[in-house]
Amino acid sequence: MLRAIADAGLAIDDVDGIASYPGAVAGAPGFSGASVTEVRTALGLRSRWYLSSVETAGQIGPVIEACMAVTLGLANHVVVYRSVWESTAAQQAGGGHASVLFSGGRLPPQMEWTAPFGALSAANWLAMPAQRYMNDFGLTRQQLSWIALTARRNAGLNPDAVYRDPLTMDDYLSARMISEPLCLYDCDVPCDGATAVVVSRRDAAGGLPRHPLTVEAVGPGMFERPTWDQRFDLTTMAAHDSAATLWQATTLRPADVDMAQLYDGFSFLTVMWLEALGFCDHGRVGDFIDGGERIALDGELPLNTGGGQLSGGRLHGLGFLHEACVQLWGEGGDRQVARIPELVAVGVGGGPVAGSMLVSSR
Amino acid sequence: MTEANYRRPALRLAPSPTPDSKPFWTGGRGGDLLIYRCHACGHFFHPPGPACWRCRSTDVGPEKVSGRATVAAFTVDRQPWIPGFDPPYIVAIVEIVEEPDVRLITNVVDIVPEQMCVGLEVEVFFEDWTAPSGGEDSRVWIPLFRPTP
Repeated sequence: MLRAIADAGLAIDDVDGIASYPGAVAGAPGFSGASVTEVRTALGLRSRWYLSSVETAGQIGPVIEACMAVTLGLANHVVVYRSVWESTAAQQAGGGHASVLFSGGRLPPQMEWTAPFGALSAANWLAMPAQRYMNDFGLTRQQLSWIALTARRNAGLNPDAVYRDPLTMDDYLSARMISEPLCLYDCDVPCDGATAVVVSRRDAAGGLPRHPLTVEAVGPGMFERPTWDQRFDLTTMAAHDSAATLWQATTLRPADVDMAQLYDGFSFLTVMWLEALGFCDHGRVGDFIDGGERIALDGELPLNTGGGQLSGGRLHGLGFLHEACVQLWGEGGDRQVARIPELVAVGVGGGPVAGSMLVSSR
Repeated sequence: MTEANYRRPALRLAPSPTPDSKPFWTGGRGGDLLIYRCHACGHFFHPPGPACWRCRSTDVGPEKVSGRATVAAFTVDRQPWIPGFDPPYIVAIVEIVEEPDVRLITNVVDIVPEQMCVGLEVEVFFEDWTAPSGGEDSRVWIPLFRPTP
């Protein structure tokens, strides 16, 4: 967070707003990360506007709220962050694996409808819509693999990525299944890390060293009940609602987008975002990603250029916005797309969790 | 559990019902699957709650349904998560015949994974569990599904 503030050319006392996802909530060890209260206390921040929320437009919801805060004049510069230590939390707590979800004799209420059936993981909850989508539209595992293979290839060029060794189609197809049709490489990798971005009102950003990027449009949206299983159409998600809001707010169109940074907590969620944002028709993502050329660094829509969460590490949402900024500034190093993008679409979340954003360097 | 013949697992993470969900988890005592129904508009809904999400009436309550349902989506879990609840097992979303947009997450048993498919017709039965720490008030009847004969 301090690095982000310094990178923006600000002093810490210039920052008068702070926001984060999800705040201090129950979850797997290391999931919540540092709360706004903890960070304010630790750093002695005097910010007037502050917020954390989990009931918002996905993990970038607080970025959208920060845009609102600076627009309303409640703050000039808001630092928005997301931190996780899911890779080591359980060990820090005295042993076990990071996949241990809870202990004690009672199921937490949010697990009531899933845990009794062994559906403990989001891998289970999302494998089911993935299965239904494959059933209805013929998406194959070979096609789906291109999300994971593309992420790994890009991660190989990112020194901060967790998994950088090459991954082949054979590796993918022979990997052990977690929850069919999702295999090991369809699931993101836990990490310890933090992402921070600074959201400023344009007139407050004058004179700062960086060329400011522009938030062109934001997409909150949840047109149905927020559940993992009761959505009317099981082959769409809240991502579709988020994208509908996003495109209503701008004259820009999907064809104007140079690059996509789309949530890949599971590979299938990237499939959902690709069609939700209108890069291809509903049900047609298999053809769109087949072969990987279109979504490669030199393709027409470079995707998850930092390796995403599948290979880069599960920074849980805000990493996609960070990578969008890196690419828009042309600072991606070995993984920088040669034709520096001017407009990037960011879509974050899965199931009933969704938020999206268009960011430009214009 | 994915053998053709159902076997009760050594352990199941039983829920601690809320006032709203208690009928769902205890209806199996009498062999009944109880789903909330709105008495104003007549529609069933799930999960149970204090109001009908369609018409916002609060005149709602649990009602017996047939226990027949159709598989809408499924997964074969291969990853061990819970000692005593061993993979592979089938997790499915099923739609009750009375109201296809009422879906339950459940296990489908008595079938091999290769025979699972969207549209498969299934029927409910119940598994009776009591929490290790608890008495009669912790007892629940978990609704599971198997192919309709």
